[in-house]
Amino acid sequence: MGDVRLMKGNEVIAEAAIRCGCDGYFGYPITPQSEVLETLAIRRPWEETGMVVLQAESETASINMLYGAASTGKKVMTSSSSPGISLMAEGISYLAGAELPCLIVNVQRGGPGLGTIQPSQADYFQTCKGGGHGDYKLIVLAPASVQEMYDFVELGFELAFKYKNPAIILSDGVIGQMMEKVELGEYKPRWTAEQIQEISGSWACLGKAGRERHISTSLELDPYGMEKNNLRFQAKYREMEAKEVRYEMFDCEDAEYILVAFGSSARICQKTVEIARSKGLKVGLLRPITLFPFPTPIIRELAGTVKGFLSVEMNAGQMVEDVRLAVNGKVPVEHFGRYGGVIHTPEEVFDALKQKLIGE
Amino acid sequence: MTEEIIIAGFGGQGVLSMGKILAYSGIMQNKEVSWFPSYGPEMRGGTANVTVILSDTRISSPVLHHYDTAIILNQQSLDKFEKSVKPGGILLYDPNGIVHEPARKDIKIYKIEGTRLAAESGNPKTFNMIVLGAYLKLKPVIELDSIEKGLKKSLPERHHKSIPGNIEAIRVGQENVESILVL
Repeated sequence: MGDVRLMKGNEVIAEAAIRCGCDGYFGYPITPQSEVLETLAIRRPWEETGMVVLQAESETASINMLYGAASTGKKVMTSSSSPGISLMAEGISYLAGAELPCLIVNVQRGGPGLGTIQPSQADYFQTCKGGGHGDYKLIVLAPASVQEMYDFVELGFELAFKYKNPAIILSDGVIGQMMEKVELGEYKPRWTAEQIQEISGSWACLGKAGRERHISTSLELDPYGMEKNNLRFQAKYREMEAKEVRYEMFDCEDAEYILVAFGSSARICQKTVEIARSKGLKVGLLRPITLFPFPTPIIRELAGTVKGFLSVEMNAGQMVEDVRLAVNGKVPVEHFGRYGGVIHTPEEVFDALKQKLIGE
Repeated sequence: MTEEIIIAGFGGQGVLSMGKILAYSGIMQNKEVSWFPSYGPEMRGGTANVTVILSDTRISSPVLHHYDTAIILNQQSLDKFEKSVKPGGILLYDPNGIVHEPARKDIKIYKIEGTRLAAESGNPKTFNMIVLGAYLKLKPVIELDSIEKGLKKSLPERHHKSIPGNIEAIRVGQENVESILVL
């Protein structure tokens, strides 16, 4: 085993950024994700790897710094929590429109508005369905453990550069604040100028020296040109749907009822599955790891064999809409969740399952 | 083996660090561990609590509402968590400042005079280690050797000189835990 530590989810985001060769972080403090920026400040990576860490004057500034830095083909990231991500929405849409790779981390808290600082999953719609304006998609990764917080930083960058698209880690106050065992990976050097030239030289703004200039923009005043851009984006999103769906299943082989849950809610639901199985009920759990692309095909397949799905989310019912689209009326799909910063218990989920689907 | 613990008291009593030392020590014994703190407004104004899980198998929910053991260090936490101990589970508390004693008859109740013993030892900072010692006497889930390794891992090096004092405090706790209700 490598370097094993006990760390908070937020701390490992910072550690992973340094170790995977991130070039720059721009952010602004907000509970419950402030440890990302704090850990970077304590670790001083600018002395170690040359990584830039900058506390911006606001979230709006952070995302626009990210926009500028991303257009140079560097590996750059930001993090915030729900209200801060709302402030970034315009910039995120611009990054998607300009097809720039970058990584965003949202450690969600309860909303709407300034809301609470407690954990929530109510930014599913914002993250997966828009948030900013226009027909765009983010690559959305939903970690359910501190180890995944670590692993998804590198994976997020990998997918962002593969598709020239922003990737986002959709976490929450539970995963950000909890400590678990985490195995840290090897240090990877930051990309050299030659490597950036090779990876992103066809589009990045690297100084034009003897070639046509590259322009990073989301603006295209000719509607036919803009439609063409959109067609390219859509083709890219379809390719993600075909190639990048990730999910995990627990006890689904013989399941009659399936819980669908992501992130910390999936951890709680694992306990619900244990409770249900101990009472002889055939219950399984499907955990989407990518929320976009959503694991529609496997849910569609399972809909042919099970009696119903319960989408369990710390919100008033958001992902349940995607589960319903996948199931397409074949079997009942219900929602359960506490929200506004309240975390549901495994027992509450079990009671909801019995009441809403099994019929007791 | 899975042990689900809540540690609750005032901010500043070392609740979160006691949990962290327990979790780090668990790692030293190759256990799966999780540590989930209260980080809400309450930690800014008074009470703090942390859920620690130690297990031989993969941990499902890090957030719990029923516990095998509750370690309680003030009245507010006793009021809040006494009902959350699983039947047959353990409630360990420091009587300092407690005006309403625990009333349940279906759990094992123990007392540790952590505040008094820490004050008498002349090193009040070791309070949380005395309480941890009392817990380890009741539930020897972690060996003292692993606690020492856990302390080394979780404390910055400049504090390593305090490790022997902390280990001694654990022994004091182990020797002074009193049984209030045995099932």
